[in-house]
Amino acid sequence: MKRRTVLLAASGVLCAVAFAIMWRPSLRETTGTPIPADAATIARGARVVAQGDCIVCHTAREGTSYAGGYGLKTPFGTIYSTNITPDAATGIGRWSVDAFRRALRHGVSRDGHFLYPAFPYVHYTRMADADIDDAYAFLMSRRPVDAPPRKNELPLLFRLRPSLAFWNLLFLKSGAVPAGRGVVERGRYLAEGAGHCASCHTPLDFIGGEEHGKPYDGATVDGWDAPPLNRLDSATRPWTQGQLVDYLSTGVASEHGAAAGPMRPVVDNLSKLPRADVEAIASYVLSLQKPRGVRNDTPVNPSMPAGYAEGASLFAGGCAGCHEPSAPMMAMEGRPSLDMATSIHADTPRNAIQTIVNGIGLPDEPGVSVYMPSFDDALSNRDIANLLVYLRVRFGKKEPWRATNKIIEEVGKDGSAPP
Amino acid sequence: MTRHDDRVDISRRAFIVNGALVVAFATMAPARLLAQKVDTLGTVILAPNLPGSLKSNPFLDAWIKIDDSGITVCTGKVELGTGVRTAMLQIAAEQLSVRPALITLVTADTARTPDEGYTAGSHSMADGGTALFNAAAQVRFLLLTAASSRLGVPVSRLTAKDGEIRADDGRKVTYAEAVKDIQLHRQADATSPAVDPKTFTLIGTSLPRVDIPGKVTGGAAYVQDMRLPGMLHARVVRPPLPGARLKQLDVTAVEKLPGVVRVVVDGDFIGVLADDEWRAIVAARALTRAAGWTAAPALPGYAGIHAALRTLPAKVYPTASRSTAPVSTKPAFTCTHTKQYVQHGSIGPSCAVAQLADGTMTVWTHTQGVYPLRGGLAEMLGVPLDKVHCIHVEGSGCYGHNGADDVAADAALLARAVPGQPVRVQWMRDQEQLWEPYGPAMATDLKATLDDAGNLRDWNFALWSTPHNERIVNAGRLAPATLLAKPFVSAPPVPIPNPEGDADRNAVPPYRIPNLDVTMNFVPEMPFRTSAMRSLGAHINVVSIETTVDELARSVGQDPVDFRIRHLDDPRAVEVIRTAAREFGWPYRGTDDRKAAGFAFSRYKNIMGYFAIAVEVAYDPDTNAVRLLRAVAAIDCGQIVNPDGARNQIEGGILQSTSWTLYEAVDFDEIQVHSNDWSGYPIMRFSQVPDEVSVHIVDRPGLPFLGAAEIAQGPTAAAVTIALSRVMGSPLRDLPLMRHAPFGRT
Amino acid sequence: MIELRVNGVLHQVEAGPETPLLYVLRNDLRMNGAKFGCGMGQCGACTVIVQGKPVFSCVTPLSSIGAREVVTIEGLGTLAHPSPLQASFIAHQAAQCGYCISGMIMRAQALLAANPHPDEATIREHMEPNLCRCGTHMRILAAIRVVAAGEHA
Ligand code: FES
Ligand code: FES
Repeated sequence: MKRRTVLLAASGVLCAVAFAIMWRPSLRETTGTPIPADAATIARGARVVAQGDCIVCHTAREGTSYAGGYGLKTPFGTIYSTNITPDAATGIGRWSVDAFRRALRHGVSRDGHFLYPAFPYVHYTRMADADIDDAYAFLMSRRPVDAPPRKNELPLLFRLRPSLAFWNLLFLKSGAVPAGRGVVERGRYLAEGAGHCASCHTPLDFIGGEEHGKPYDGATVDGWDAPPLNRLDSATRPWTQGQLVDYLSTGVASEHGAAAGPMRPVVDNLSKLPRADVEAIASYVLSLQKPRGVRNDTPVNPSMPAGYAEGASLFAGGCAGCHEPSAPMMAMEGRPSLDMATSIHADTPRNAIQTIVNGIGLPDEPGVSVYMPSFDDALSNRDIANLLVYLRVRFGKKEPWRATNKIIEEVGKDGSAPP
Repeated sequence: MTRHDDRVDISRRAFIVNGALVVAFATMAPARLLAQKVDTLGTVILAPNLPGSLKSNPFLDAWIKIDDSGITVCTGKVELGTGVRTAMLQIAAEQLSVRPALITLVTADTARTPDEGYTAGSHSMADGGTALFNAAAQVRFLLLTAASSRLGVPVSRLTAKDGEIRADDGRKVTYAEAVKDIQLHRQADATSPAVDPKTFTLIGTSLPRVDIPGKVTGGAAYVQDMRLPGMLHARVVRPPLPGARLKQLDVTAVEKLPGVVRVVVDGDFIGVLADDEWRAIVAARALTRAAGWTAAPALPGYAGIHAALRTLPAKVYPTASRSTAPVSTKPAFTCTHTKQYVQHGSIGPSCAVAQLADGTMTVWTHTQGVYPLRGGLAEMLGVPLDKVHCIHVEGSGCYGHNGADDVAADAALLARAVPGQPVRVQWMRDQEQLWEPYGPAMATDLKATLDDAGNLRDWNFALWSTPHNERIVNAGRLAPATLLAKPFVSAPPVPIPNPEGDADRNAVPPYRIPNLDVTMNFVPEMPFRTSAMRSLGAHINVVSIETTVDELARSVGQDPVDFRIRHLDDPRAVEVIRTAAREFGWPYRGTDDRKAAGFAFSRYKNIMGYFAIAVEVAYDPDTNAVRLLRAVAAIDCGQIVNPDGARNQIEGGILQSTSWTLYEAVDFDEIQVHSNDWSGYPIMRFSQVPDEVSVHIVDRPGLPFLGAAEIAQGPTAAAVTIALSRVMGSPLRDLPLMRHAPFGRT
Repeated sequence: MIELRVNGVLHQVEAGPETPLLYVLRNDLRMNGAKFGCGMGQCGACTVIVQGKPVFSCVTPLSSIGAREVVTIEGLGTLAHPSPLQASFIAHQAAQCGYCISGMIMRAQALLAANPHPDEATIREHMEPNLCRCGTHMRILAAIRVVAAGEHA
């Protein structure tokens, strides 16, 4: 009897605790007619929303801006972003600013359900109230779009949202961090908060949280390597502030190459920010550098490795028109030579493969841009492997990568190639 | 197709067909022009009273030859992708009363066809078409007369059809027989026998283009597709920028490359000949690496170009001036517009094949003018005119003076090095985009006032531009000739006189304005060679005029379409405006503040085709994306020869002009041009293509042909500018629109 | 000698393995359809189909083709018997200068073979790599749309 009481009580307490952890109240709905903000607030909000890259994930391919529906591929399944236009029925039109703040700080939707951490509230939580409020004002000034949420494609286990509460216990440290003074401090505020750089550039553990103790050590995102941000000055050609600012604000660094893959939309978005914001982010990122290790630039054995000759021939017919020094792009445009390309010097061939397979897409609107065609349908996996040997040896002056075939297959089959 | 012939005075028709073409052209031609006896396309006027190009080629047999082997029709005009071949065939077949299939059509060839100067300026129909229209009618009449005396029956009892003339009693004479009794080598008459346009069975119908089936099934259609026996492939290597000089070049390694036949170096001119195209490209790449060049003179830079235009020495041409009322006391409306350099941007880089055989240099070329090119080549090669033979073969669309002539000169220079052997040269993409003559950057200043009643009163317009007409009048106009060790120098630029106009084409508004002053500042020297590109100065001039008219109308609370109509006296102008407005659904009643409409009108060169257009554009403030959603246009180009062909031209003009207006500019800084490929010179792609484009034709049977190829460029640009300005809430005045604030995409 | 299968015919080609397919088709096999436009994969004038996929033949080295089947516009139909897509381009008079058109047809053909009834957005997105300077886009789209809708031109 007594034992049962204890058990009952214990389970009661457990339930209460679990309930407290897992239950969040629904917040009051507003009328759905946003109170218009003044132009200055909206303009500030636009800047914050650009810092946060919100449009990148909250806009579907060919979809209306901020209306959601973009599918984020995670190791657990595909999560579709939601409509953050002020539509009363399908967007955030009935959200109060408190509900909006709670979502950004705690990852909880207005109605009390937990949001998936694919939404980077673990970073947004560090934003200042004023910035969050400005972002809210900006989003509320957008045109409402009727766009009901798309159903996520997740296994049953992950559809139990309350369990996310426990994830939050592990990974969420709510609360703003003061912006601080000085450029680096401002950069930290932007990069750690709205910019959420670590979301992609820090390795994730098996439940999708950023691994403790490894901030900015680099990770794999959408089949691309998001390179470590703390080893930029040990690159073959160390990154400078100017190069990094160029890269982040234009997508091209003359000594390293062009933004591609998932980084491309990020720089498109950063290009809308005031230069000071980008400079601050660059300063902060450069302040993260680890001490230089011993470089393993073993010079390549002069005897040509297997695949080199085939690669040379493929290069002459398929690549030289743009990438040989005699090509107009190089001779006249000063486009980065491949011997400077970050992807050629990287530890893995993943980004080189991605670039060959998928190319660098055309911009949405015609504008001067870096473009490279996809070679997915032109080259076989074997061709790509041979080409990589040639690229690595000729331009990287390094031993050929190992295990390229596996990555080529991965890239080919993960569906990231265009149709 | 909308037919609106009710306004045409029927009693005038016969006269019009017979003679109005003459009258129209004689009255339009400025005294200055006639005195020179050279028309704007560079041909010599021999018979000023004849219709169309008969003025410069008055003999009937220059146009039409009939013998036992059939009917051959020659035109000095060329197919530039505008469907001219088909239209010419329709005209000749109609007037000769034969099926088109019975005619062999020969286009520009200096050994065979009349010299019609250039195929340019929307002149093909007006000049060449009119000449054929009349020549064919006259030949048919002569054949009928010959048959009449052979058969001893009056002409009224004869019918001509498909190469035979039949009397009503069943007897017949073939054209080939009849022609033996007459002399076709005779000067054309000023008037042609009357034909009622109602009886036309070919003119006015959409005969399918004769060239399209071959082009969509892999037929050899272009000079690029020529393969002559023993033909060598060549590539040229150009300086990185005009003005850079060759410092060093060691060709020994390149000469040893597989397949290389010859490396030609003459001053700064470099070319390589090989037995295979790819080998020629590989060798040219090696030459590119081997060549060292001096720096070229500094450029003014993208941002500084318009300031430079206004400060460089300029020749001032008063385009038009009148003063018929007291100057308004109302405050003046002023604005400044700018336009950047633009590229013709052919999809297929320029190409030519040349062969020096038996002392004659034969050049197969997609030039717009085989005769002027022949002159330039002969001077460059130092040979008499009759030792150069230029034959037109189609190329990729050119839209004006592009690299066609220059690459013909390249081919001739390289073929000279290997007598007997045919040589094919095609430019690489960067050469096309760096070495074609650009469409000039321009600036305009406009000042206008209304009177108390809200009518236009004073109009002051000044524009600045480099030449739009650096056509081949001497060897120095051919880029390769300027690179030789003994370089040729370009003839001094001379603007095309009014009413055709050069940079000041369409600079005079079509509206009733009591006081008017229009001035062209013609800047002869600039860093880039510039020349004719569709519509010349009309592109920005119509933008300046029409955006101003739009703003002025709105400033007095008037609908811009009504305002225009109120200021027009020409019923044909009013009718195209009304047609476009009606078909579009003007006034525009959109409720979406991210969409807006714009309307514009112009009559090309103020003397050619009428064009009105309404467009709807959309702007997304979140992505900064702009899109033309819908365009509805109306045209009046006189008698329409081929309605579908005209519509095809206009649709293309609307899309091309939209691309120019929104996106296109040559990107350059102080040291380099960056627009050397499609990533550095982006043009419209499918994702920017509108949802709907419709073209409504106001046909004018019996009225002179007016040409359609370029008439859409100016008004489309203006309508898009107006619509986008309305969405943005402030006037946009710098072209291309998307490269400037508030879009600022660079 | 390299073996190359084009439009169902096996050819022995003498060109070097690095030679872009475009030049092999045009010069060794004397075909006109694939055109040189940019040589950099920027314009699509050279588009041909390799094993069902549209590729830029100007940047596709001969050695990479291997045993894969190449189809050019010459392989779709003839003047006398044009393919449905070619017939539709003729019916719509979908060409001005026509230089881009072979590439357009080949890219569209690859789409229709894989997806016989694409919607408008799919067609436009698929055609994005190909440029037309004459502004023939409306007719090109119309010509493809009709075949995609299963109607005969
Ligand atoms: S020629 Fe191949 S894409 Fe332009
Ligand atoms: S039809 Fe001329 S480029 Fe497309």
